Amino acid sequence: MSTHDMHNHADAHADGHDHGSVRSYATGFFLSVILTAIPFGLVMAGGLASRMLTVMIVLGMAVAQIVVHMIYFLHMNSKSEKGWTMISLVFTIVVLVIMLSGSVWVMYHMNANMMPMPQGMTGQS
Amino acid sequence: MSSTVTHTGPRKFHLDHEPHLPEGDSTMLGFWIYLMSDCLIFAVLFAVYAVLGHNYAGGPGPKELFDLELVALNTAMLLLSSITYGFAMLEMARDRQRQMLGWLAVTGLFGAAFLSIELYEFGHLIHEGATPGRSAFLSSFFTLVGTHGLHVTFGIIWLVTLMVQVTRTGLTASNKRRLMCLSLFWHFLDVIWIGVFTFVYLMGMI
Amino acid sequence: MTSPMQDPNTSFLFGRLTFGALPFHEPILVATFAVVALGGIATVAALTYFRLWGYLWSQWFTTVDHKKIGIMYMILGVVMLLRGFADAIMMRLQQAMAFGGSEGYLPAHHYDQVFTAHGVIMIFFVAMPMVTGLMNYVVPLQIGARDVSFPFLNNFSFWMTVGGAVIVMLSLFIGEFAMTGWLAMPPLSGAEASPGVGVDYYIWGLQIAGVGTTLSGINLLVTIIKMRAPGMTMMKMPIFTWTSLCTNVLIVASFPVLTAVLVLMTLDRYVGTHFFTNDMGGNPMMYVNLIWIWGHPEVYILILPAFGIFSEVTSAFSGKRLFGYTSMVYATVCITILSYLVWLHHFFTMGSGASVNSFFGITTMIISIPTGAKLFNWLFTMYRGRVRFELPMMWTIAFMITFTVGGMTGVLLAVPPADFVLHNSLFLIAHFHNVIIGGVLFGLFAGMNYWFPKAFGFKLDEFWGKISFWFWVAGYWFAFTPLYVLGLMGVTRRMRVFDDPSLQIWFVIAAFGAALIAVGIAAFLIQIAVSIRDRKKNRDVTGDPWQGRTLEWATSSPPADYNFAFTPVVYDIDAWHDMKANGYERPLSGYEAIHMPKNTGAGVIIAGLSVACGFALIWYIWWLAIVSFIGILVVSIGHTFNTKRDFYIPVQTVVDTEARRSKLIESGA
Repeated sequence: MSTHDMHNHADAHADGHDHGSVRSYATGFFLSVILTAIPFGLVMAGGLASRMLTVMIVLGMAVAQIVVHMIYFLHMNSKSEKGWTMISLVFTIVVLVIMLSGSVWVMYHMNANMMPMPQGMTGQS
Repeated sequence: MSSTVTHTGPRKFHLDHEPHLPEGDSTMLGFWIYLMSDCLIFAVLFAVYAVLGHNYAGGPGPKELFDLELVALNTAMLLLSSITYGFAMLEMARDRQRQMLGWLAVTGLFGAAFLSIELYEFGHLIHEGATPGRSAFLSSFFTLVGTHGLHVTFGIIWLVTLMVQVTRTGLTASNKRRLMCLSLFWHFLDVIWIGVFTFVYLMGMI
Repeated sequence: MTSPMQDPNTSFLFGRLTFGALPFHEPILVATFAVVALGGIATVAALTYFRLWGYLWSQWFTTVDHKKIGIMYMILGVVMLLRGFADAIMMRLQQAMAFGGSEGYLPAHHYDQVFTAHGVIMIFFVAMPMVTGLMNYVVPLQIGARDVSFPFLNNFSFWMTVGGAVIVMLSLFIGEFAMTGWLAMPPLSGAEASPGVGVDYYIWGLQIAGVGTTLSGINLLVTIIKMRAPGMTMMKMPIFTWTSLCTNVLIVASFPVLTAVLVLMTLDRYVGTHFFTNDMGGNPMMYVNLIWIWGHPEVYILILPAFGIFSEVTSAFSGKRLFGYTSMVYATVCITILSYLVWLHHFFTMGSGASVNSFFGITTMIISIPTGAKLFNWLFTMYRGRVRFELPMMWTIAFMITFTVGGMTGVLLAVPPADFVLHNSLFLIAHFHNVIIGGVLFGLFAGMNYWFPKAFGFKLDEFWGKISFWFWVAGYWFAFTPLYVLGLMGVTRRMRVFDDPSLQIWFVIAAFGAALIAVGIAAFLIQIAVSIRDRKKNRDVTGDPWQGRTLEWATSSPPADYNFAFTPVVYDIDAWHDMKANGYERPLSGYEAIHMPKNTGAGVIIAGLSVACGFALIWYIWWLAIVSFIGILVVSIGHTFNTKRDFYIPVQTVVDTEARRSKLIESGA
């Protein structure tokens, strides 16, 4: 938190709403550019021999970049608002993961069992 | 407000003086929680894309449709708008109104550029017959990307509103708070976009 | 499919709205309309005659006071209860009549709307507003706050909820309501099977109300986190505040799902996309999956606050601290998280196979464990307590018995093979009415009887309260036990006519039960009227009529606008009980001016424009939709330019108000 905020209590958005610094924004931007450029370059170049590996790298970069954005642009930390922003973020991620993976899992089974199948394959689940 | 109360002697069951709460003390947390709920709207759209995204119904798939160079350009626009918004916030912290407004304007322009490129892409797809009604894949593609674009549109409207307000009333505490909310919103849209370009465009092209 | 925008049958000015949309051909609706119109005219005339419009506008409609907004939520809930119950009794009557070749009195077109409207109204416009209303009223008082975190947003949320209710009510007289069941499952709700306006009324009614619900969820959540009185740590919060916290977490984290899934259905219907269609790669099963991801947490949104009410009531009327406060908190938090892991039990029969079904069957059974723990906590709270059988406590005991049965039938349904037999049968209907009436509704009645004196300064009449209680409880059992029996015999839900005459007696018993409930509702309304008449006799002068234990009882009944003259300081879980036990004396001097938010009409206006926008979208009146949407934007942005949002209650007003209270307390002593 900058000293300015400390002095000016009226508009101090206390406990941890810092504005960052040129340095932190630059770091975040630099990391983001790298983490964007690698997957784009990788895919535009046709990907690696292993499709699975390409997917893992692209996804890994995305997760890393989301974390970078959270830290350098959204100024996430475990202290702001007495930790409530972090708790709500973690809860949201839990719900999000349940919803995404649950839907995919459930719908995969539904599709496997319930969608019309080619002739001769009906009658099993 | 809920910190432990230290007391000596008999218990005191009320405060003698009104606690001075800074105005808008709850706003940042409230806005953050709103963003979390918005995030879940996107989660549903991502889930729908994950489930329906391969149902081409005989129509075109991602490899025939997506132009990664355009998406890369688009991503650059949004990323640049994010850092320029960051610079605006730094100027705000230093109470330099004119510079801050300048950076905000630049941010808005990058946002508008992002939207224009996205609209160009949509127009191109529709022109090729890849309309939202063509297949479930395209329905979920247009809805996911379009919802993000709609958020950016509202972000720009909000940005302009705040620029007017700052020009009229200066960098007051409430204007600063609003600028910080919009900052969260703007960077949040960036995070969503990471998901979009990874999950929709890049994964579609692998 | 052609998009509705190119539909040749719509006119520019009125879209697809024509005179044919007015139900002149349905005598029941014409009669209803006449009654509603006469009642409406009488109300408007009375308000005008007594010059109350200005008062209503300045003191109620534009208010940002959480107490008044809470009361308005309750009024909305009671009014909509009458509508929802009218639907219920029409269904019971139809099913009791339609045997042996009789078609009953409701044509299919009407009957299908009735069962859909009943479900939608009871959940969204009765249970939700009443739960939100109680939370709104009680939570800020329980945590020693002056108001919620975002008072204007609170007003806006309320009016959006009203807006949704207005849209649904409009469908009664202009056009029709959905005929799809309360969750509007595609492909039945798609553009091909339901081309009419019914599903569109459903969509826009829920979307508008949903905005209000989500925002009020955020609001109350932040209020509980940020506005607690000094000393009230999380583990010293009253249990009702805890359950409200969890409920609002669920609202914030589940209503977005409903919003999103309804948007997707809207796109399917309006733009011709293929999310949930049968062709072009769409998948209706995805809708079912998504709507229940919202739908299951929704159930807990309703029941958790009821659990909180029962906890407060049991503790207050047993004169003891709640048994196992900590375990109660953890049980609530467990339920909050587990409620996201069980949604598939609503569609075991859709065919996801053994692994998926057993996972969700087991998680569903697990969720009954924290719920069971709560029941034991209440029982142990009563054990060796001096239990006073006043009305709130009577409702609580009726709940414990009724809800336990409902919970056990729920565990039966959680077993996938059993569910394959009972799915879609009246057994299911009996089960969820068992938990919603026996849990949520009994909880709301307990809460209303408990907090009414706080809100209005006098107790509710006991005699009529008891009549209402006994008729409701007996009525519930008469109305729904037969449905358990019928469900076990294999009778499916939503049937309009029956062939097997041996079933009729059960439906007649159920109809009798519904009649008993009707008496219960009438007695409740009489209870309120009688209480208002006898308000002097039942006056609560102390502000603490039940020997309460939590902070809301520390202030006057009804509380002053500012709730507490001085911000209370909390040391223990039952803060007010702790204060009374440790020689608390009401401070009589040293008052200060109090900072409060100002009333504003922006919420009413935006909600009104939203109703116009929704109505226009339903009827394809595009110009009106565009105009009203721009109106919403303009008013919202304009509101942010309004900087005069607060004021100070002068010291003299506080001194006078507190002096009046001193006098009142003396008069009772």
